Order: sequence, then C-alpha cells, then structure tokens
Amino acid sequence: MTGMVDSKSENPMTEQTKPIVEIRNLYKSYQRESLVVPVLFDITFDIAAGEFLALMGPSGSGKTTLLNLIAGIDRADSGSIHVGDIDITTLTETELAAWRANSVGFIFQFYNLIPVLQAVENVELPLHLTVLTKKQRREHAQMALSMVGLAHRMDHYPGEMSGGEQQRVAIARAIVTDPTILVADEPTGDLDRVSAEEILSMMERLNRDMGKTIIMVTHDPRAAARARILRHLDKGYLNDAVGQNPL
Amino acid sequence: MLLAKILFRNAFHNKLRSSLTILGIAVAILAFGLLRTVISSFYAGVEAASASRLVTRNAISIIFPLPISYAGKIHQVEGVKTVSWGNWFGGIYIDEKNFFPNFCVEPVTYFSLYPEFVLDEKQKKDFLLDRKGAVVGRKLAAKYKWKIGDTITLKGTIYPGNWDFVLRGIYRGRDQTVDETQFFFQWTYLNEAVKKIAPVFADKAGFFMIGVNRPDIAADTAVRIDAIFKNSLAETLTETEKAFNLGFLAMAEAIVTAIQMVSFVIILIIMAVVANTMAMTTRERTDDYAIMKTLGFGAKDITLLIFGEALVLTMTGTFIGASLTFPAARIFAAELSTYFPIFLVSRTTLYLDLVAALLMAFSAAIIPARHAVRIRIADGLRRIG
Repeated sequence: MTGMVDSKSENPMTEQTKPIVEIRNLYKSYQRESLVVPVLFDITFDIAAGEFLALMGPSGSGKTTLLNLIAGIDRADSGSIHVGDIDITTLTETELAAWRANSVGFIFQFYNLIPVLQAVENVELPLHLTVLTKKQRREHAQMALSMVGLAHRMDHYPGEMSGGEQQRVAIARAIVTDPTILVADEPTGDLDRVSAEEILSMMERLNRDMGKTIIMVTHDPRAAARARILRHLDKGYLNDAVGQNPL
Repeated sequence: MLLAKILFRNAFHNKLRSSLTILGIAVAILAFGLLRTVISSFYAGVEAASASRLVTRNAISIIFPLPISYAGKIHQVEGVKTVSWGNWFGGIYIDEKNFFPNFCVEPVTYFSLYPEFVLDEKQKKDFLLDRKGAVVGRKLAAKYKWKIGDTITLKGTIYPGNWDFVLRGIYRGRDQTVDETQFFFQWTYLNEAVKKIAPVFADKAGFFMIGVNRPDIAADTAVRIDAIFKNSLAETLTETEKAFNLGFLAMAEAIVTAIQMVSFVIILIIMAVVANTMAMTTRERTDDYAIMKTLGFGAKDITLLIFGEALVLTMTGTFIGASLTFPAARIFAAELSTYFPIFLVSRTTLYLDLVAALLMAFSAAIIPARHAVRIRIADGLRRIG
C-alpha cells in the first residue's frame, strides 16, 4: 500500500492519482522576542487521498508545526500548501476559517471539548457554521456519535466521561462535517493503553472504511504502527525515506 | 443559539466566583442606587416646583422680610393671578432632633396655589375658621401620631415662646413626589402675636408666593414685579419656584457633589472587580476559544461570547441590586424622613443602573476579548496541557 510520497524521491503514486495535499518548499520560523527560531526547512511532499500518514520525530522536530500548517491554523513563512485545488497559504484569515470549517477535522491530545456543552452539543458545534437546520444538525451529531459508539452518552458533559470517551466525542466532532482531511495531534497521548487502542482502531476504520485521509502526529510507536505511511521529521527537515509503514 | 447557551453556561460555570462577582455587583448597584436616590431627594423640591409659581423675597437676603403691603401691588402686576405669603417659623417640637419644616401662611391663597396638597374640604374649613389651627402632612402626623383636634406645641426659635396649635387638617400629596412632612398655620396668628411682642416685625412676610396665568409669562412677570420695588427700601428678587429651590440647594452643593463622586467611585471599583473576574475567566478559556477558532468560528463569535458572559454577570447583579434598592429605599425613607421627606427610587436611577451594568460589562470584556481574538490559534492550543 502506498499513497504518500516525497516529491523529491521516486514517486510511488500512480500517475492517475492526484494527491489531496501538495506541500512545496515550506519554511516556517517563530519569532521569540528578538530571536528568530527556524522550525521547518524546505518541506516538500504529497499526501494521497485516502491515506493514513503518521508524522514522527523527536520533540522540537517541527511535526506539530507542520500539522498546524497543513490544517490551516498557522501560517508558513514561504512555500505553498495545496489541499485539493486550494492553495491555503494564499487565503485570508476569514477564508481560512471557512476553509477549516468545511475541510478539516481536528483531533487533539487533550480532546479539547467545550466543557459546558453536552457530548451531542460538542459534536454539533462545527455544524453551526453550515446551512443545516437545527433538526439536521442534531441528526448529524447523533449519527456521528453513534458511529463512535457513544449513542448512549449524548447528553453527558465531558467532565462526566472517561478520557477515551472524550476522545471518541472529539472524533465524532471531527468527522461530523465530512471533512477532506482529518488531522490528529498525539490523539492517544493522554490515554491509557486500552483506550488508545480503541481510538486507533476507530481511526483505522475511518481511513479504511470511509476513505478518510488522516494525518497524525505521534511519539507513540504503537500509534504509528496503525498508519500506512510513516514520515520522520528531524530538526525541521523531512527524512527522505518514505514508503509503507515497516512497523 | 448555541453561542448563547455557551455564554450563559460559561457565566455560571465557576459557581463560587460567579456568585461572589454577582453579589459584589448587586451590593455596588444597591449602594449606587441609594446614593443616587439621596441626590434625587435633594432635588425633589426642585422637581416638584411648578412652572407657574413665582417666589418673591427680599433682594438682599431671604432672612430680611418684606412689607405685607407689597401683596396688593404685586397682585396688580399683569399676569399675576394669585398672591399668597408666609414666613419660615422655625419652631421645634419637643426636641431639636424632631425637625420638620413649619411655616405660617395666608391659608386661603396658599392652598389654592398648591393643589398638590390635597385637603379634605371640612378640614380646610375648620382650619380657616380657627386662627390657632394647623394643617400638617400625612407622614408628619403619622410620625408623631397626631390626630385631628390634638394640641401641638412648638417652641419658637425666631419667635420666642411656646406656641400652641390645634390640628385641624391633615393633607396628603397628590402623588408620591409631594412632601407630606410640612406644618402650616395661619399667618395672622403669628402676626398678631408679633404685634404685641415686637411691633417692628409685624406686618411682614418672609416671602410671597405668586401664581401666574401661564408658565410662559412667568419670567416677564418676575421682571415686572421687581421693577415696581426698584429703589425702594426693600427691593425684591422674584424668581420661579424652581430657581428659588435651586438656590437653597446651592448651599448643599458640596455635599451633593461629594455623594455623586462616591456613587461613581463605587461603580469604578466594581468595574475593576468584574474586569478581574473576566480576565481570569477568559484566561482559563483560552483553549476553548482556540478550539472554536480552529473549528472556523470567527473573531465576532469569540467577542460575542466574552461580552455576552460579562453582560450576563453584570445584568444579573444589577437586576438583584436594583430590586433590592426599592425595599432599602423604603427603610431609608422611614428612618430618615426628617432629612429626606421624598425618598423615591426614580426611573433615572434605574436607567443609570442599566448604564452602569453596560459600562461594567464593556470595560470588563474589552481587553480579554481583544486578547482572545488576537491570540494565534497555534499559541492558544499550545497552552493546552
């Protein structure tokens, strides 16, 4: 199984498969007071539609920064990121917000649910930016929660649920808008082993059965083992080695 | 709708902090409302003044009287409909702490000039027929448990001696703004006594109350009255009743200004408290705002959440504080009726409460909202965990 390649390396993608994400010559640095801290250097690679990619690397290697850039929640210094037919580096903040709402599903390490909203309301949240009616929003949210096995926990608040359940709610929120890509930043980092396995299995199913393109940042080799493609970042540089996940 | 739900739930998420903040706002609004009511009560006489009534007094000072013969001359001035007169008596009932305003007046004309003093016709007739008769306001009668027919003795301060009066009437105000703590008796009773003990002070009036045909001619009429007595031994100063009352208020201006300043300082302090609460609450929710921005919500939505939360807190506190102002004002009115005969929470005070609530919410939310909107999503998310 292939699907994601580095454009600098031999392209294992078939000619007819257009990548869903195309990253070209991406640079990113942070300003820390008077100091400029370079984070990413000349990142160029593609991600095929329906891929499950794991980005690995030591702390400070720039993997979360790269994920944020792909997800449109941070700005690159230079370079381009095409997701579908849109170069997201050229979008204004408002356009980028609208694009994120439609095209990206987010899964974070600490779930990031709104604590004052019930599970079903949390899942409904991104749908408030769509044209769906109240009834349709509720139906979509209930369906998404059912897909992650939490139909019985709809009216529970995040504080009343375990970490694994909260992360499943977060996954339901991520998929409820049927986004183009799912980005996951250490999705199992705050979970026990059993819960982590459940979450990873769920992500696997989303990729395999629903064809969702997933980009996951992780430190955890067990999590990375579930991805079909592994990429390594080290000190802001992308490791050229690419291919099927040996794990 | 969901945003409204979030902001309402956020506002009461930390129950202890929200409750204490709301309590603080309620107490501040209560104090603010009471102080504004004190200020209003200072101006109650001014507000109750009629535009068609003039007051003529000695141009040098109110303490110098005017000859009673002026009444006839004033009556002949174009535009004058009614002329009455009276003197400040300054009597004390038993003890100096039992202060209430007491005047001798020309009764027929005086009560015709003040239709807001509603007096039973029989009581009015009894009062007119009894030279030692007195009419008092309902609140005053209730305070000292006076009944019709009771003899009331006042100790004169300006006019020495003990003066006995028979209570012949108890007036009530036409509405709540009318002072019901005044004491009136017949000018002739005082004048006849003065003729005996100090004839030089007899046939004098401390002031003339003048009713004019129309309010719009009041100013011209006042000028015409003063022109008559120009270059006389007792020149007059005629002004509208409102201006006359304002003149008295000017003496207490420093106190009123001080109360006004204190009332605004209270609001400033509570603004700082609410700002602190909102700063803490938005700092704790940086991740919530970051995730909402991540999901596609814009600056407008985040601003709405923060301002809305501040508004929920301040409006709740203001509602409680304003509601408590009414019973508190009633207690104040009962306890301090000697000093504040009219102690009513005005509509203006309630509007000021509302403005204070909006100001509190705005000042508390502006900086946290600006910060939450400006923070980069990546930075907001980085704080998580």
